[in-house]
Order: sequence, then C-alpha cells, then structure tokens
Amino acid sequence: MGTSLLASATPTITYAPPEGVFTYLWLLIALPLLGAVFLLVMGNRTNAWGHYLATILPIGSFVLAVVMWLGLLAKPSEERGVIQHLWDWVIVGDFRANVGLQMDQLSMTFVLLITGVGSLIHIYSIGYMKDDPKRRLFFAYLNLFVAAMLLLVLADNYLLLYVGWEGVGLASYLLIGFWQYKPTAAAAAKKAFVVNRVGDFGLSVGIMLIFVTFGSVTFPDVFAQVGEADQSSLTWMEGPTPVSALIHAATMVTAGVYLIVRSNVIFDAAPTAQLLVVIVGAVTLIFGAIIGTAKDEIKKVLAGSTMSQIGYMILAAGLGPIGYVFAIFHLVNHGFFKANMFLGAGSVMHSFNNQEDMRRFGAIRTVMVITFVTFAAGWLAIMGVPPFSGFYSKDKIIEAALAQGWIPGLAAMIGAGITAFYMTRLFTMTFLGKARWTDDVHPHESPSVMTIPLIILGLLSAVSGFVLAWNGMIEKWLEPVTGFEHPEPPIPIPLISGITLVLVIVGALLAYQQYRRDVPVTAPTSVSPLTVAARKDLYGDAFNEAVFMRPGQYLTRALVWFDNRSIDGSLLAMGSATAGLSAAKLRKWQTGFSRSYAMSMLAGAFALFAIMLVVRL
Amino acid sequence: MTTDHYIVLSAVLFSLGAFGMLFRRNAIVVFMCVELMLNASNLAFVAFARMHGNLEGQVFAFFTMVVAAAEVVVGLAIIVAIFRTRRSASVDEPSLLRF
Repeated sequence: MGTSLLASATPTITYAPPEGVFTYLWLLIALPLLGAVFLLVMGNRTNAWGHYLATILPIGSFVLAVVMWLGLLAKPSEERGVIQHLWDWVIVGDFRANVGLQMDQLSMTFVLLITGVGSLIHIYSIGYMKDDPKRRLFFAYLNLFVAAMLLLVLADNYLLLYVGWEGVGLASYLLIGFWQYKPTAAAAAKKAFVVNRVGDFGLSVGIMLIFVTFGSVTFPDVFAQVGEADQSSLTWMEGPTPVSALIHAATMVTAGVYLIVRSNVIFDAAPTAQLLVVIVGAVTLIFGAIIGTAKDEIKKVLAGSTMSQIGYMILAAGLGPIGYVFAIFHLVNHGFFKANMFLGAGSVMHSFNNQEDMRRFGAIRTVMVITFVTFAAGWLAIMGVPPFSGFYSKDKIIEAALAQGWIPGLAAMIGAGITAFYMTRLFTMTFLGKARWTDDVHPHESPSVMTIPLIILGLLSAVSGFVLAWNGMIEKWLEPVTGFEHPEPPIPIPLISGITLVLVIVGALLAYQQYRRDVPVTAPTSVSPLTVAARKDLYGDAFNEAVFMRPGQYLTRALVWFDNRSIDGSLLAMGSATAGLSAAKLRKWQTGFSRSYAMSMLAGAFALFAIMLVVRL
Repeated sequence: MTTDHYIVLSAVLFSLGAFGMLFRRNAIVVFMCVELMLNASNLAFVAFARMHGNLEGQVFAFFTMVVAAAEVVVGLAIIVAIFRTRRSASVDEPSLLRF
C-alpha cells in the first residue's frame, strides 16, 4: 500500500530473513541482558562502576535500534518485516517453538520507546540512587527489565513472548520490592507477583488454545490460518489483558496492549473478544481516573493515572483496525509524558526526604524550576491540551470510540475531563499554592544527571504528538502491520475536539479553584462515600481479597490441616507401629551367630524352591 | 554315565557342604564346605551344559570359580584376623553383632 492512498484493514507486511544490520537483531536484547548477568555474577567488585556499565548498555541498544530504524525506512513499507531464526528451542512431535526474533514497524516502535526511555531512566537513576548501598543491584534489575521487555516485543512466537512476559514480571517484582526492608514495599512486591501469576494463567491458557486451534505458536503461521479457524475458541484470547489491566496498572499492561495489537488478526476475527476488550478498557479508564482524584500520595495519583491511560489504549485496541494505530500512538506519547512525570515526582520526593504526601508539598515552582517546567509539559500533555502530545492521540481515540458507538465515546470524553481534574489537583497541590512543608525539608533542584533526562522527556512530551501525527505519519508507519481504517465518527471532528477541550478546561479549573487555596495537611475525614471508595481504590483490593485471597487462604489452611492430621498422621502411625513391632519381636532374629544366619538363608532358599515348584504345577 | 548321575552327585556334594556348614564350628571347615557347595553347583552347570550342547553353563562355571577365588582371598583374611584377636577359629565365638 506504500504508494496507494487507500488504507487496508488487514496487515499487508511480508517477512524476510535478516541481512545487513538486522543480523545483529539479537544484540538488542543481549546487551542489557549481559549487563544484568555481569553485575549479578561479579557482585560487589562492580559496586564502584557497575551503574555506568549498566547505563551504557541500553544506550548501545538504543543506538543500534536507531540504525535499524533507518534501515527499515530505506525499504518499501511492505517489506519492512525481518525474522531472525536463532536456534530450535522446543521440538516435540508436531509442536515446534523456535527462538526467533521478529522485527517490523510495530516492534520497532516499541524497541525505540523501551531503549530510549529506558536509557533516560538509567541516567536519571545514577543521580536518584546515588546514596543507596545496593545501587549496583538496582541497575542489574533495571537492565533485566529492559532485556525482558525487548524479548517480549521482539519474539516471533507466543511461547518466546511468554518468556519475555515472565521476565518482565520477575524484574518488576524485584524492582517493586527493592527496598524490601520496608514492609509496604515487600507486600506490594508480593501482591504484584501473585497478581502477575493470575495474568500468566490466562496467557498460558490462551497460548495452549492457540496451539490446539492452529497447530503452531508462531505469529505468521497462526495469523495465516485465522480465517479457517473455529472462532468461538478465540474469545478466550482476551484472558490475560483485562485480568491484569484491571488489577495491576504497570508496564506489564503495556505488554497487554502490545499483545492485543500484535494479535490483531485474531481479534479482528473475534468480535465478542473485541467487545469485551472495549468494555474493560472503558471501565478501566474511568476507574483509574476516579482513583486518581482521591489519592494524596503523588506516586499513587500517577499510578491511578497510568491505569486510566492504559484503559484508553485498551479501549482503542479493542476497536479494531480503526483503533490499533491510535492505541500505539497513545502508548508512545504516554511513555514520554508519564515517564517524565514519574521522574519529576521522583525528583520532588528526592529533595523532600522521600516524602510523597502532596498535602506536605506546595509552592515547589520557586525552588525546583526545571522540575516544575518539565512537569508542566507532562501535565499539559496528559490533559490533551493542544499542541502537546496527549491531544493528538487522545482525541484520535475519542473519535474512533465515537465511531464505534456512543457509550465508549462518551466514556472516553468524560474520562478526559476527570483526567484534567486529578492532574490539575496534583499539579496545584505540588507546585502551586502555599508551602506546607514539614520543618526538616530543604527543597533544592536535583543534580543535572537527573534534570537532563527530565528536560529531554519534557521536550518529547511537548512535541511527540505533533511530530508523529504530522501528515498521518504514524498511521502510514504502522498500517502494514496492524491494518488501518479511517474512523468515521457521527459528529464532525472539530466539534469532538471542541467538546473534549471544554470538558478538560472545566475539570482543570474546578481543581485549580479548589486546591490553589489552603489545603489541610491531614486528609479530611468527613467526605462523600465516593471519595471514601476512591481512596480505597474503589474497593478493587477489597474485592480481590474477598473473592480470590480469602478463599485461597481458607483452602490452603484446610489443606495444611488435612496434611497434618490425615497424611502425616497415618504415616506417623505406620512408622511407630513398625518401630514398635520390630523393636519387640524382629530384633530377636539378630542372634549374632553366623551359622543361624546360614540356616535362615538355606531355609529361605528351600522355601523359594518349594514355591517355584508349586507354582509351576 | 547320564546327566542324572552328575546331578545326583552334585546334589550329594551340595548337601554335604550345606550340612557341614551348618553343623561344624571350625571356620576353616565351614569355609571348605562353602567351597564344596560352590563346586557342586559348578558340576551341575557343566553337566547341564553338556546335555544341552551349548556353552552357557561352562561360562557360568568359570564365573563361579572367579567369585570363589575372590571369596577365598577375603574369607581367609577375615578368618586370620579373627584368629589373631581371639586365638580361636570358632564361628560361634565372634557373636557381638547382635541385638
């Protein structure tokens, strides 16, 4: 379709073996993996310089990725697929899984995002973790995370993708629980780990069903056969994504968005699954936004916001060919502005002795100018104020959602309003208004090793949407892999943008009015039931606890009881019976006289002989 | 001379060895009785091998000889060691390993 103006709803890309720079595809993953392994194996010897090595390696991957990107650009758009077969992995009967890497426009987008933003986070962490005694370990885990994420987006089959998925799960467990001496961090890590296992279960069932249905787990093989397949079984495919999307809003879920878009051929053939994905996306984006409005810890607001933004992406991914491109577009923009704001929040917390209560911030604009300005770029981007990046992608998602139906469209529009409210609340409470600092903090701007990544990400948050949307660039880039159709919303596009913008401004002004004046340093307790619910994550945890955790605990307790009483009990009884009997009677046989032993051997031989005779007769 | 004769001779020798092993106390004699039993079974092996006209039994006899030779080495060493400590070659004497 390279030269044609008509867009195709289905993928048109073809894949070829690697040549030129693409023979080094494996190096993208190998570099950060090498860093992780090296730092973990060499131990304390690398404490002094390990973090520099761990920062250089992802940068190396990024440079390699840029070279490959230029290589892809030099080819016609339909021939930009590369599959590198590394080695045979599992071959059992008809089942084949290779270790193979697949590069195309979709993977390229993710690789650039992961290595680019990942490298900036590494650089930032040099400053942020400066005084931590376990800094080397932190960088090893960061490298592991990058390697696993790259494996996930470069795998050419579902089984290898699963390996990457597990690697990301492991790395996020290690990173969330990095300060494991804090009970909250240890508990959060454990929770993330257990919840990821739920997602794993869904994904593994999905992979098994794919193999049973299509007889292969390799992407091209599977997609080539979708048309002939039994479509009812495809509805199971959505398993992993909503499960983890609802509960665990982290990078893992970005992996969920990738999974849906990568499997676009399967989802296009399964409208029920798509509908479910749309519903999950819409619910997630509203829930996340509501949770974000009630939290006082800056990172928790951002976590709720991530959940909400991923809701947007999942919603878009569920819309089919009109949405895939915009899901990825928003994911890229979100990668920039959310990384920007998380690092900005980290910068603030760094100078506030790791406090994260926004009621104790305020007026930081005067003391941390760079953090303030870069955060402002992220704030405007996430609200979708033109010309910042969020405007381009979020508006497109709202248009596509409206083209699908009024309900998802309205959910996306209202979500934009709530987003503006909670982000302005965060921004006002942190950077504007009056200082409510505790006496022991002396805020100061972070060192330049932290502010330079912030500046780069701030610039990217500002311009990425405008640049990528220029002349439909992102659509043309991704269309051969994902397919693309122009959404046709029922009302004119300028009207949609206008209404959304009005909602955003109203939300932002409401928040500004309420929070620019005095904010009590302790959270008010007499609040509406909705606020109470939102403070408790809309009872998501309570629900999980009641539905999944408690029965599980009762089950394990019952099993332990059964084990102690019945199984161990019977074994112990058998043991003591044997011991008692042998002690009393059987030991009399041990006379110590070798001739009596010879006698019993002879008697035994005769007995055997007699038995053999009898049996033969 | 049929196979039966050899088998009867083998059974007689084996029984002599078994009874001698059970009723004699001198370790050297017991040891000789064990050898007698082994060679009785050798005789039976060879007799059956000749009856069937194949070599398996003969080969087995060689194995038995090798095992017997090894047994002689170990067994005589044990007997000498016991005699040195107890000044006696009775098999009933060393009966400490009991309940």
